Amino acid sequence: MAGKSEPIASEHIAIHPKAGQIQLVLLAVIGAALLLAPQFLYPIFLMKLLAFGLFAAAFNLLLGYTGLLSFGHATFFGGAAYFTAHAVKVWGWPPEAGILLGVLGAAALGLVMGAIAIRRQGIYFAMITLALSQMFFFFCLQAGFTHGEDGIQSVPRGTLFGIFNLSDTMTMYYFVLAVFVIGLLIIWRFVNSPFGMILKSIRENEQRAISLGYSVSRYKLGAFVMSAALAGLAGGVKALIFQFATLTDVSWQMSGEVILMTLLGGIGTLAGPVVGAGLVVTLQNYLATSDFPVTIITGVVFMVCVLVFRRGLIGEFFASRLGRRLGFRSES
Amino acid sequence: MTMIFGIPVQALMGQLLVGLINGSFYALLSLGLAVIFGLLRVINFAHGAQYMMGAFAALLLLTVGGVNYWLALILAPVIVGLFGAVVERTMLSRLYKLDHLYGLLFTFGLALAIEGTFRYFYGASGMPYAAPAALTGAVNLGFMFLPIYRGWVVVASLIVCLAVWFMIEKTKLGAYLRAATENPTLVQSFGINVPLLLTLTYALGAGLAAFAGVLAAPVYQVSPLMGSNLIIIVFAVVVVGGMGSILGAIITGYMLGVVEGLTKVFYPEASNIVIFVIMAIVLILRPAGLFGKDA
Repeated sequence: MAGKSEPIASEHIAIHPKAGQIQLVLLAVIGAALLLAPQFLYPIFLMKLLAFGLFAAAFNLLLGYTGLLSFGHATFFGGAAYFTAHAVKVWGWPPEAGILLGVLGAAALGLVMGAIAIRRQGIYFAMITLALSQMFFFFCLQAGFTHGEDGIQSVPRGTLFGIFNLSDTMTMYYFVLAVFVIGLLIIWRFVNSPFGMILKSIRENEQRAISLGYSVSRYKLGAFVMSAALAGLAGGVKALIFQFATLTDVSWQMSGEVILMTLLGGIGTLAGPVVGAGLVVTLQNYLATSDFPVTIITGVVFMVCVLVFRRGLIGEFFASRLGRRLGFRSES
Repeated sequence: MTMIFGIPVQALMGQLLVGLINGSFYALLSLGLAVIFGLLRVINFAHGAQYMMGAFAALLLLTVGGVNYWLALILAPVIVGLFGAVVERTMLSRLYKLDHLYGLLFTFGLALAIEGTFRYFYGASGMPYAAPAALTGAVNLGFMFLPIYRGWVVVASLIVCLAVWFMIEKTKLGAYLRAATENPTLVQSFGINVPLLLTLTYALGAGLAAFAGVLAAPVYQVSPLMGSNLIIIVFAVVVVGGMGSILGAIITGYMLGVVEGLTKVFYPEASNIVIFVIMAIVLILRPAGLFGKDA
């Protein structure tokens, strides 16, 4: 959605001849940092960051590449957390099966919500997803298996594939890291597939996509379900990291948070939402000990981002001279 | 005891009244949303926060300034309307040329900031606001007792809704508003100050929300979060009604309030979600909304 309003400056900047190699080196440095990070930082904090990073990247798949603003992604994140927690704790499923159930459950919820919401566009789409997700919140409040206000607590992490004991924090960290990398690879592949190209064409000019013969609503629904499923992957993993699933994860505040993460980091970039999630999670951790309410800061950051900083951190970097010389470009 | 469909008449009437009162708030709020959206093309997420500010303004006017209910009913909307005008002039007006979604995101942030600030200073618990002496007590209607204040809420909101409808549909200012909704550039070329019109419209919408907040103060507790869940229901009301019509927004508000009240009698478990279910059904059968024109 940023594309229509702020075209990137048209001056020509030559891409550095070794841009591709520099990008690879950057990627390798980040990868090494993630592998070594738990030696220096609190692993639970890092895992939270990875889970929310994946969640925000999944949300951005819809906003950044399809131009649909969903205000109901907490349903998929929190719903999957409930499904995974219930399967693992009550039914005694292994973690991989529990997460798979979370992903499938989130995809099913996404299919229903998406089918209703894509009947309207733009602002209405946002309001409808918000209302439907509030409906799911009330369902979770009253349904028996979610245990209402208490949530599902002390969820066992179990043994992955019968080999890796996830109660060990380091094993759990590398499992979460693996899920995070796989999730981002799926998103990257999806965005750069013919399907992703059609989504971008719908975002740029829906009427023209229709006249070219594309069944626009089917593509939108496909993107919605894909985004929901990946948000569910993040939610299922989150339930195992913290070993609980609560109403917070399905509340509208959570839907707002993931929008903020994406906006802050950069809509339509793969890395932006992850960076934004890192900032928001760090900020929350930092403020958790003080009595100053996080919502004031969140609200003000939201307003500032919308008013003067619509490209987000990574988006600004990509649009800068250095970013463009290194061959980066934002997708929106 | 008289029974209708196996439900005592007293209980049925009681819930019907509760439904009408909720419907009054839905109507006032969705009317404000529709007026703002019609001209500014902004969905005002801060509408719930402005409703809360109205209730707080009444409470603070009473406790700090000793201002009574009747004066607060006028002063609080003016104060919140002025606040809205400042927000529109300094910030919101910069977003009109962008995608409409940015307006929604901005007002969402505004709502969080306002609610967070009130929560920081006044805590999350509710504070009581007494109804004026003239409106306390109840009258016996024969088949039920009607608390006078609740009757007043329904009457007052009906009067204000109709007054706003009249102002927009029948007066010259309203004609400017409607014309600017259709084609702002053309209206401006006739020498009408459209930016001022936009500011006034946002202030009017915010003022309507504040008026609803003052009306609500004696019925519910005054608390920083009283508007945050309400606004989501009002969004659903607006989707059901379709935002093309002022009268449609008002009628849908009352109608859904009553339906919600009746659901509390017949199937209480579903009363929280019945409006959302209706929204989903309307979207499937008639995507443009009951009174909407554009899809």
